[in-house]
Amino acid sequence: MALLTFDQIGIAGLAACVPSNTIDNLTYTDNFEAAAVAEIVEKTGIRERRFALPGICASDLCFAAAEKLLKELDTDRSTIDLLIFISQTPDYRMPATALLLQHRLGLGKHTAAFDINLGCSAFVYGLSVAYAMMQTGGFRNVLLLDGETRSRVYSPKDRKTAFLFGDGGVAALITRREKAGKSFFSLHSDGSKSDYIKMDAGGYRMPSSPATLEERVVDEYGNIRTDEHGYMNGTDVFNFVLSEIPKDIRQLLEYGGLQISDPDYFVFHQANSFMNDYLIKKMKVPVEKAPSCLAQFGNTSSVSIPLTIVSRLQQTNYADKQLLLSGFGVGMSWASCIIRLSDCLITELVEI
Amino acid sequence: MTERFIQLFKETLEMEDKDVQPSDAFREYEEWDSLGQLSLIAMIDEEYDVVIEGKPFMEIKTIGELIKTIEQLKSAL
Repeated sequence: MALLTFDQIGIAGLAACVPSNTIDNLTYTDNFEAAAVAEIVEKTGIRERRFALPGICASDLCFAAAEKLLKELDTDRSTIDLLIFISQTPDYRMPATALLLQHRLGLGKHTAAFDINLGCSAFVYGLSVAYAMMQTGGFRNVLLLDGETRSRVYSPKDRKTAFLFGDGGVAALITRREKAGKSFFSLHSDGSKSDYIKMDAGGYRMPSSPATLEERVVDEYGNIRTDEHGYMNGTDVFNFVLSEIPKDIRQLLEYGGLQISDPDYFVFHQANSFMNDYLIKKMKVPVEKAPSCLAQFGNTSSVSIPLTIVSRLQQTNYADKQLLLSGFGVGMSWASCIIRLSDCLITELVEI
Repeated sequence: MTERFIQLFKETLEMEDKDVQPSDAFREYEEWDSLGQLSLIAMIDEEYDVVIEGKPFMEIKTIGELIKTIEQLKSAL
């Protein structure tokens, strides 16, 4: 069972960057009737999103966030022994984007660097790797970067996904923190549900070809996409979340010897308001303890949890706060953690 | 169960003023759409504490079959 405990490892600081290019969902596309779009916006709670302009990659958003963070923390870059980059929208198929960022950020050759390829669960997964590496004692600081340009993944002519996804990048510095105390993680996977959220073409199973770029009607609702666009079966995903996430959170709380009333904040992956509001209600979590940035930034996949912390809790006094984080999605993959933020610097949101 | 479920179903799909019978093929209602489907799944989870998986759900045609499935899932708990 993937239940993990770490001791005296914590987050020294967290920064986030979003593109300044703002999309108003109501005027995003005229592919659908205005009334239908208005209903989608109301149910999903996503009014605006940020789209990276052509030429800007997830790594550029992470780079800007990392520069801000390292400057504000006044971090000696030679003490960063590990760089992890989380994304499913990397710069290239090879090399791993972590290597490009290691060089660009001026980190030394002693720095270990690699990518993690997961979606909405990935920030919590990445954090577990960073904490575990720190716990070995062989690393002084870990720079965890997590960026997505999901706006480029989905078809604007497929109403199931056209109005949900946005772009962003974050940087977190993980270090030794006596006051952070114990943290608890749970990690899960279910590959039998890999077709719930998927992009069929462009890998080596179905390589890109002229055929994979052809638009076609894919369902009885007249939605249009290519094989190189992502697709999502919302009903199956919703069923999955209802079945697995409350169970996972209850199990993790029990493992950590905690009650649902203990964490100061619950930061869930920002999927859409319909799902998140229902999850919060089902878990009986007070609404004020579950911040959301869906209205402003939409679903930014793995970035959504840290982006919510930076954009919604920046003014909070982080001397000592206990947070429960839970990410779930493509894979299907899900992970939750209970961490203590102790003297954690949350920077102002960066826009580029 | 049937009367209560139909009441909840009508509230969920915002069709309180319509006549709904157990034999109705609910996917043919003009109020039925993918968002309505999500609302229905949430209502069933909240009221009956059961989740009907995607594939079996797609095979359910009438309100009566829906009620039967919920009762079967509940008795299996």
